[in-house]
Amino acid sequence: MSHAVEHAHDPHLQHHFATRKQQAEAGKLGMWLFLATEILLFSGLFCAYAVYRANHPEVFIYAHRFLDSTLGGINTLVLIFSSFTMAWAVRAAQIGAQKALQVLLALTLACGFGFLGIKYVEYHHKWKEGLLWGKRYAPQSQAHVPTGQEGAATHGRETAHDVPVVPKNVHLFFGIYFAMTGLHGLHVVAGMVVLGWLLLRARRGEFGSHYFTPVDLGGLYWHLVDLVWIFLFPLLYLIH
Amino acid sequence: MNVLQTLRATVQAGGRDGGFWMPPAASTTAGEVDALFHFILWLSAFFFALIVGLMVLFVVRYHRRRAARPQRSASHNTALELTWTVIPLVLVVVIFGWGFKVFLDMNTVPADAYEIQVTGQKWKWLFTYPTGHVDENLHVPVNRPVRLVMTSEDVIHSFFVPAFRVKRDVVPGRYSKLWFEAKRAGAFDIFCAEYCGSSHSDMIAKVVVHPEGEFEAWLEKEGNVLSKLPPAEAGERLYRIRGCAQCHSVDGSAGIGPTLQGLFGETVPLAGGGTAIADENYVRESILEPQASVVAGFQPVMPTYKGRLTDAEITALIAYLKTLQKAH
Amino acid sequence: MQDAVTSPVPAGNALGAVNYLSERRGLASWLFTLDHKRIGLMYLVSILASFLLGGILALLIRTELLTPARTIMDAKTYNQMFTLHGAVMIFLFIIPGIPAALGNFVLPLMLGARDVAFPRLNLASYYCWVAGALLALVSMILGAVDTGWTFYTPYSTTTDTAVISMALGVFVLGFSSILTGLNFIVTIHKLRPAGMTWFRMPLFLWALYGTSLIQVLATPVLGITVLLLAVEKGLGIGIFDPALGGDPVLFQHFFWFYSHPAVYIMILPAMGIISETISTFSRKHIFGYRFIAWSSIAIAVISFLVWGHHMFVSGQSNLLGAIFSFLTFLVAIPSAIKVFNWTATMYKGSIWLAAPMIYTLSFLFLFGIGGLTGLFLGSLATDVHLHDTYFVVAHFHYVMFGGTAVAFLAGLHYWWPKMLGRMYSERWANVAAGLVFVGFNVTFMAQFLMGAKGMPRRYYNYLPEFTPYHVASSIGSYVLGFGFVIAAAVLLHSLLRGPLAPANPWGGATLEWQTTSPPPTANFAGEVVAGDPYDVERFEFDPGAGGYVSVRGAAAGH
Repeated sequence: MSHAVEHAHDPHLQHHFATRKQQAEAGKLGMWLFLATEILLFSGLFCAYAVYRANHPEVFIYAHRFLDSTLGGINTLVLIFSSFTMAWAVRAAQIGAQKALQVLLALTLACGFGFLGIKYVEYHHKWKEGLLWGKRYAPQSQAHVPTGQEGAATHGRETAHDVPVVPKNVHLFFGIYFAMTGLHGLHVVAGMVVLGWLLLRARRGEFGSHYFTPVDLGGLYWHLVDLVWIFLFPLLYLIH
Repeated sequence: MNVLQTLRATVQAGGRDGGFWMPPAASTTAGEVDALFHFILWLSAFFFALIVGLMVLFVVRYHRRRAARPQRSASHNTALELTWTVIPLVLVVVIFGWGFKVFLDMNTVPADAYEIQVTGQKWKWLFTYPTGHVDENLHVPVNRPVRLVMTSEDVIHSFFVPAFRVKRDVVPGRYSKLWFEAKRAGAFDIFCAEYCGSSHSDMIAKVVVHPEGEFEAWLEKEGNVLSKLPPAEAGERLYRIRGCAQCHSVDGSAGIGPTLQGLFGETVPLAGGGTAIADENYVRESILEPQASVVAGFQPVMPTYKGRLTDAEITALIAYLKTLQKAH
Repeated sequence: MQDAVTSPVPAGNALGAVNYLSERRGLASWLFTLDHKRIGLMYLVSILASFLLGGILALLIRTELLTPARTIMDAKTYNQMFTLHGAVMIFLFIIPGIPAALGNFVLPLMLGARDVAFPRLNLASYYCWVAGALLALVSMILGAVDTGWTFYTPYSTTTDTAVISMALGVFVLGFSSILTGLNFIVTIHKLRPAGMTWFRMPLFLWALYGTSLIQVLATPVLGITVLLLAVEKGLGIGIFDPALGGDPVLFQHFFWFYSHPAVYIMILPAMGIISETISTFSRKHIFGYRFIAWSSIAIAVISFLVWGHHMFVSGQSNLLGAIFSFLTFLVAIPSAIKVFNWTATMYKGSIWLAAPMIYTLSFLFLFGIGGLTGLFLGSLATDVHLHDTYFVVAHFHYVMFGGTAVAFLAGLHYWWPKMLGRMYSERWANVAAGLVFVGFNVTFMAQFLMGAKGMPRRYYNYLPEFTPYHVASSIGSYVLGFGFVIAAAVLLHSLLRGPLAPANPWGGATLEWQTTSPPPTANFAGEVVAGDPYDVERFEFDPGAGGYVSVRGAAAGH
């Protein structure tokens, strides 16, 4: 009977749950399972990466220097910062700090835009240089100096790689690069859609200490998107 | 009567000539595979009969017309359940070990094996002998290990000889190996076992096992076709065995590629506009650089024969083409 | 039905009263429903339509194979037909069949819950299925795929058929499958009522739980695989293209990493249904509950480690082959345990040969053959010969059709009165079950024989010596098809003329039999108390009520 009373008073409790706690726990478990599927989705690409890196290490060593590790590094910082603002936003929702919640969500969203902007610059550069995947691979000049060369020069043993010996099938690296960062980029976009929706609801003042599950779950998703990048960045940009 | 004969054939089959279930056994490992097959068969038959027998017995004995209400009996029995967990476990480990042992034998190539190169392409097998001779069927000597080094020109195929109990995928961009030792003379089927498109089921060839001492004579005789036959006849042979016939007809019907009948000397329309006269140079270019001038209405799917046909062979093919006049 | 039915409206029938079917009316009330029962019913109609399509394709294929070379269609059409038959049957019928249609309807009822944990997600999952099915149909119109349902590269990236839309269709269908699995896992974890501990759950729920684990953990890998396939085909990314230095065999690893566990997505729920029906129709407590429950989880776990057994002849190393072969044999053990326990359940029972039980016994027979022939294929040496022959085709049809589809029919006939409130003609349902059994065995026993003789699969043309086997197989398929027509007629007829069903027509002890047939939208009128789900002996047939009623309180468990 107490359930019915709670139902009557609580617009956020769906009819088939007995208590808010049960509902929140169900939501959280569902989200964790969903995150597991996301990780498995990416794990397919990580496996492909591992297989090709093991079979063609020279391609990865050669080609990764065409990636701009400075821009990649900035993007890493942007995402780490956005994870921080997101975590803070969840906290703000829990304590009912409406203004802070909105600002923090907006900041996180802005970081998403920043990330995509930088990614666009990188992609555009690759496009111009013809450093693309499989069939579209058509580098503009073989004498192109890899952007990572200053770093490479400090390592004596690496000078051998600076000899312009172009390995076969360089495009494999770019195929994997675009597949991994492309899929990740789509997840960033999806995360931003979620953030936008959360921001709208936050502006309507729907969240507070009594009800913050959507912010909580959206935050979990955003952290996953960041986490995937934390793995992508060293695997693609910082190969030694 | 019939059932009895069938049963007897099945019982006798263990390791002998295939029996009721398996095709003729014509290689040294076929007997081992068959012995394992029949072991699993009889083991399965026993357990299947046990389960179905109990099932039928229970249905008859405890049908509710006879047994209006259930009798008390245990709802679990750990000892019994462990028994029927452990016994199958032991049995499958035995099957696993046996299967692995035979598999290792099948995959360990004897050092003195005779090597033949195999190429799979849509939809034909080509066998290249150490002498350079290329054939559309596989000819091997009896009682001598033969090792096949196989690759594919296009998609994945799978080389399968049921009588030898061997099968191995043939993958583009890598070499796969397979060996066997035929133990009796005769002709046996080669199938492609990996689906590869429209004519997958026509990618069938023969393995011809020559009796003792006759293989070398065959190879010697077949090996010098170009020098022994007139160019047009040699060209006809090459047309058949080197894969041209899979896509280009000589009877006027369009296949994957245009027909060769009446082609020579004609003016052909090209994909993307323009025309070309099908003379010696055009034919040669089409063989070596098939994508250079594709005939209008056809897909650019032909593989290049650069490095796979010699100049003399191309000349022979051109001579053959000249004989293919339009039907009137 | 019972001879003793005298009362025109049996106890617990709600067709005349308010129930989930009648409470709201109109198309919109169905299309936007969040009720798991209605969603289950929509799934049921959709997957049965898919089954019809797949079945027609199968009959066309068997007709073509009556003679070598051309019988009714050309080679390319034939290749498209067997591809679509496989894709439709697997992705549209068998994978969602039991979990999404029957499971959706039954799972919350068995739990004593009002709904699944996420009703909106449930509806979204249904529409994902519809979208995926539409994409697959679009690909049929654009140029039906001719790659086989396995989409092996590089054939699939070089064929001129509509591989991309089919790949995207499979991706979306995978999403549907993931969402259903996720929903079920959360529901089973969080919505069990007081008194229902894990080991008081009906075994169907254990089976669905194991299935859902696989759906959630394996399907994403299929997702990325078909996405990469679409990108490979559309943009030429080169990862699977040998001409660009890619590895086509990697695709097979990816594909089977999902598609082998997917076999257990198909068979586990079927085993769950059998665990229910064998107990109810033997009027006996299920034998060895814990072994059956744990074996479902064991199957789910080991199923992830056996994918390489599809690739024994692909050139993987001997060591890998040995590991995959060994694990494949291990996964056979839990299935064997279940079969022994089901058989033992019948011992000293009171066996009622109603249609669900006929299908259940068919299942034991057919799955027995399907499972045992797996031993030939799990063993390395014999698999080399049998791989990609009709022996494999027969084996997986015995498992997927003889196993899953027959168990699906058992479940459909078992829960039909609960879903729709009406009984069907038992005699004609049994005739249909008999025809399905005979037709199926003729069709596929012939295929075992020709496969062992070396007949490769996916062959349009064949050598003349295989003709008798093909003719026998085709004739069997017509009998099988006829059996299905009768089964469909029996069920459809029941909707119009069938006697009203009581709450508990079979004497089942799980919770869904405690509510009306059909149930109200809220599932149960009052609080439900979960007891031992297999304490079937406390139910007795009551001629006055027209169905089974409890004659004593629920046992506390075992």
